[in-house]
Amino acid sequence: MSFYQKYLRYRDFDFNEFFNSVTVAEVGRILDKHRLSELDYLALLSPAAEDLLEEIAQRAHRLTVQHFGRTILLYTPMYLANYCVNRCVYCGFAAHNQIKREKLTLEEVEAEARVIAATGLKHILILTGESRHHSPVSYIRDCVKVLKKYFTSISIEIYPLEEAEYGELIAAGVDGLTLYQEVYNEEVYGQLHLAGPKRDYLWRLEAPERACRAGIRTVNVGALLGLHDWRSEAFFTGLHANYLQNRYTDVEVSISPPRMRPHVGGFPPRVVVSDKNLVQYILAFRLFMPRGGITLSTRESATLRDRLLPLGITKMSAGSCTAVGGRVKGEEPVGQFDISDDRDVRAMVSMLYKQGYQPVFKDWQTLD
Amino acid sequence: MKDVFHIGGKELTSRLFLGTGKYSSNQMIPSIMEASGAQVVTVAMRRVDTDFEEENILNHIPAHCVIMPNTSGARNAREAVRIARLARAAGCGDWIKIEVISDNRYLLPDNYETIKATETLAAEGFKVFPYMSPDLMVAKELEKAGAAAVMPLGAPIGSNRGLKTKELIRILIEEISLPIIVDAGIGKPSEAAEAMEMGAAAVLVNTAVATARDPVVMARAFGLAVQAGRAAFLAGPGATRRYASASSPLTGFLRED
Amino acid sequence: MKIFYNGRELIVEDGSTIAGLLGRRGLNPDTVIVEYNYRLVKKEEWSSITLQENDSIEVLRFVGGG
Repeated sequence: MSFYQKYLRYRDFDFNEFFNSVTVAEVGRILDKHRLSELDYLALLSPAAEDLLEEIAQRAHRLTVQHFGRTILLYTPMYLANYCVNRCVYCGFAAHNQIKREKLTLEEVEAEARVIAATGLKHILILTGESRHHSPVSYIRDCVKVLKKYFTSISIEIYPLEEAEYGELIAAGVDGLTLYQEVYNEEVYGQLHLAGPKRDYLWRLEAPERACRAGIRTVNVGALLGLHDWRSEAFFTGLHANYLQNRYTDVEVSISPPRMRPHVGGFPPRVVVSDKNLVQYILAFRLFMPRGGITLSTRESATLRDRLLPLGITKMSAGSCTAVGGRVKGEEPVGQFDISDDRDVRAMVSMLYKQGYQPVFKDWQTLD
Repeated sequence: MKDVFHIGGKELTSRLFLGTGKYSSNQMIPSIMEASGAQVVTVAMRRVDTDFEEENILNHIPAHCVIMPNTSGARNAREAVRIARLARAAGCGDWIKIEVISDNRYLLPDNYETIKATETLAAEGFKVFPYMSPDLMVAKELEKAGAAAVMPLGAPIGSNRGLKTKELIRILIEEISLPIIVDAGIGKPSEAAEAMEMGAAAVLVNTAVATARDPVVMARAFGLAVQAGRAAFLAGPGATRRYASASSPLTGFLRED
Repeated sequence: MKIFYNGRELIVEDGSTIAGLLGRRGLNPDTVIVEYNYRLVKKEEWSSITLQENDSIEVLRFVGGG
């Protein structure tokens, strides 16, 4: 049994027919339930639920405050390398894009770490492209050892690993995994991932579970919004998170709802996901998994991020830079995607306080 | 819509399980079964401690009923397993209610020993119905061990105090894919209905019926309550409240511009 | 001769069978279950099993229970 079996159960599901059958009354009834079924979650993602968006938002807000308080965990991404052997049509780091390829030396990692640490952040997310040649697990492990000196929590957003490799990185100090499936629809996945190991849908789909088995503390999954029908993709993302949470009860599971941003390569979104759609997704997920984390990146604009905040968000990135070594290198390198919210950590903190939220820099630390 | 209850390899129509303890006379059992519609009855096994003639309770149980012997008297997994094997060898079928109690004050089940007994007996092909204190992790272990259902207590045995553990039982119903059968503590038909409305697969009642002034009428009341609660669960209760429109809408910004 | 009957010591005559023991104690064979040395024995075997020194015999009965 893996999440793939769960996926298969809904693969041929007629989403349109289901959405057409959902009534506003049915959505109202779901709002009263303690615990939502998978199809209740799907009903909240339906067009019919848009009529009750404000009511759903009120409930989502109350649930979020109930379970998380008025706190937002702040983290920042650090790009270690942009070498990539994959050809994902939507990604700025794809192998076919003519961009400058580089990877940070351990000294550069340390220099970036110092700049970030000076802002007070204690949670960091490190990223690489997929290149076992240029950024092997041993390289990532060495970077983690450097970063351990500056940060209490290190998450990775890298290519899928074997269970034992996850164990190796966890032993070195990694406690979180972010891995987006990008597209849950297997057929569309095949169309968008033209070459490279990332073509292997199943290997990627089952990676978060391998990390859970290896003893990871937090897992963040997501679909890249804009690649395929967002309602069904949001549904599968929620199911994936719920599947992991049910099987690995001690893991903190969260989702991200990343929307496609402009980037080198210029692949336009296949589907437009409006602000309203994004809101509906966040709200529906909050009701489906009241204790699930929701991470919002700087892909969204400052104005929108401020407004999404009370709806269910639990983690936000700050002071982001999507280019390799972007914080210490003088030149303007090419990032994976363009960020929309370029506020620094100080500005994010003051915005949070203004909205009545407490910024959390350090959520936890392992004692070893 | 026909609501068939698939459990332990059987198809049942009634979701009320009845215990046979504490009746003034075993002669009453057939009319109790008939009035309630129950199809599953529990019995216990005891050492003969008085050497005078007693009737065999099995002779009073209608032939269409499923007999679920319990392991009451067992203080640990080993004793429970021994009783279960004897009961099966005595021709009582392969259903067994695991009841391991080493606490004589509150008669609360020993979850740890219950898991061990469940593992052993499920591996031997028994349909195992463990009686337990509602605890999510224990229920997951029982599921893994191969239980046919999980039977959390609503309140201590024989207390007639109702669903004191309601929130914990609700969590089991939500999280465990096995049927959840509320056992022990249910004192009134309304409480049985409440458990069924919550989504319990069945309830097991003994003391409340056996000690009623008129057990046959009470058996009937429980039968109706379980049916009503089940129907309500299947119907899906309507929305009980609507949130008043908020003074500061959270989604107002979507209509701006 | 000493045997263990329902966990207690009991003195029985040499050569007693299970059926004989139950009869002397006034038990109707149709209402009880017998476990002889930790093994369930069927009613048909009761008259052919002769008890030996230190044998263990459990006589059980189904009763009402919840």
